[in-house]
Amino acid sequence: MNLYAIRAIYLFEMHRTWRTIMQSIISPVISTSLYFVVFGSAIGGRIPEINGVSYGAFIVPGLVMLSLLTQSISNASFGIYFPKFTGTIYELLSAPVSYFEIVIAYVGAAASKSIILGVIILATAALFVPMRIDHPFVMVLFLVLTAVTFSLFGFIIGIWADGFEKLQLVPLMIVTPLTFLGGSFYSIDMLPPFWRTVTLFNPVVYLISGFRWSFYGVSDVHIGTSLGMTAVFLVVCILIVRWMFKTGYRLKS
Amino acid sequence: MSSAISVSNLYKTYGSGFEALKNINLDIHHGEIFALLGPNGAGKTTLISTICGIVNPTSGTILADGHDILKDYRAARTKIGLVPQELTTDAFETVWNTVSFSRGLFGKPSNPAHIEKILKELTLWDKKDNKIITLSGGMKRRVMIAKALSHEPEILFLDEPTAGVDVELRRDMWNVVRALRESGVTIILTTHYIEEAEQMADRIGVISKGEIILIEEKNELMRSLGKKQLRLQLQEEHKTIPAALAKYGLELTPSGCELIYSYDAHEDKTGIAALLKDLDKAGVGFNDIQTKQSSLEEIFVNLVRERK
Repeated sequence: MNLYAIRAIYLFEMHRTWRTIMQSIISPVISTSLYFVVFGSAIGGRIPEINGVSYGAFIVPGLVMLSLLTQSISNASFGIYFPKFTGTIYELLSAPVSYFEIVIAYVGAAASKSIILGVIILATAALFVPMRIDHPFVMVLFLVLTAVTFSLFGFIIGIWADGFEKLQLVPLMIVTPLTFLGGSFYSIDMLPPFWRTVTLFNPVVYLISGFRWSFYGVSDVHIGTSLGMTAVFLVVCILIVRWMFKTGYRLKS
Repeated sequence: MSSAISVSNLYKTYGSGFEALKNINLDIHHGEIFALLGPNGAGKTTLISTICGIVNPTSGTILADGHDILKDYRAARTKIGLVPQELTTDAFETVWNTVSFSRGLFGKPSNPAHIEKILKELTLWDKKDNKIITLSGGMKRRVMIAKALSHEPEILFLDEPTAGVDVELRRDMWNVVRALRESGVTIILTTHYIEEAEQMADRIGVISKGEIILIEEKNELMRSLGKKQLRLQLQEEHKTIPAALAKYGLELTPSGCELIYSYDAHEDKTGIAALLKDLDKAGVGFNDIQTKQSSLEEIFVNLVRERK
């Protein structure tokens, strides 16, 4: 195991975060806070409680998930895409590191950033809306599992993308709509039966539902199902990354 | 003892069907400076990239200090440092950080003293806290060399190290290369500048259209280059060379207007004076005299042309 390499890449990536702190931490915190202000404090008071939870508090887990997903993907995809774009990837490819170590370092750094961000957003939310966390261990587990899984997903996008447009495509066109429609702002029980069934094909539903359960003990789907689905997505991502490195897909000719 | 680099039966065909390398067999000795010459698109960079693990070989084996670069990539790559042709660096990092990063990436514990030594040797020390984006092209090239040297490699690849580099940097760079060789590092470089290969290399290899067409000791090559030609423009056309001049081994051009005398410029007696006397005696008049030395460049161009 080349621990020095893992450390070097990890610190390099974290250093990049601090260098771009406006973009990587402050701007997502501000944009998410706007939701708390608008839906939590301003409009939230006029919306009835959902499953015994005030609307402002109800949307917190979903909004944290939204930031966690988009930021994990963008951190990790940019982290690996940029060296490909500038050409500095030659060094990574010629270094005595295994693909496993590369993934650990890049995904570890991207997930760390998202977790830090998630915690900051939660702390910010507590300023605007009253909230509680019933199952802190499950909450942390979901936070970490989601950050790692979606950083891995972002890493895959970063390798796959051959232009900045593709890099933005998946987060904007797929992940954001799935998160908005995945029950960030409503319980899927509020949907007509047909749309509820359709929604169950949206993987983000399971993340938000499970995460919300860890806060208030209420969920759209069973917590076990949520964890299971997240684990399945994690395994699928691991298999794809493995295949990419084995074949040198878009990395080596 | 195994070779520093040993390439056998290496082929590389790109996805497009382009055969970049055809049956490459090459042994680089420990501690030598090996210059790989070849025109653009000959396969120099592909060969280096394949050895360093950036391009997958189609078939064949490559050993770095006895370690297979695919099966035993960790041991093999730890020994290798690469300075690629393109100036690709992390624009927003500082010189110190990027060089330290490279050392870690290659599995070495941090060693500020070593990094300091490299940066000083490459006259980068003043710039250690500068962001790379603020540096000139020549300085960036030095940063890339510093990165490649950060993990104390035993084998160093320099792909066109002096392309687009000013005279001062070239001189600095060759001083560094010489010092590295003194310390036992094996160096493989590609270049367009033939005089550079002449000055620096122990052995020279020529690659053209994906094939190695010549590998020769530089001194051996220079000896054959030591031959000079004296060309005499004759006043009259001659059908044959006069018998009195037979001992000089002269050559008469097909037009009969020019005589060519080959001699070794390194010898004490080139025989030119005697030849001119004898020409006078034999009554062969001439209008003009020319001497000419074939350069490595010419040999190289001829070699490449023969292959076409």
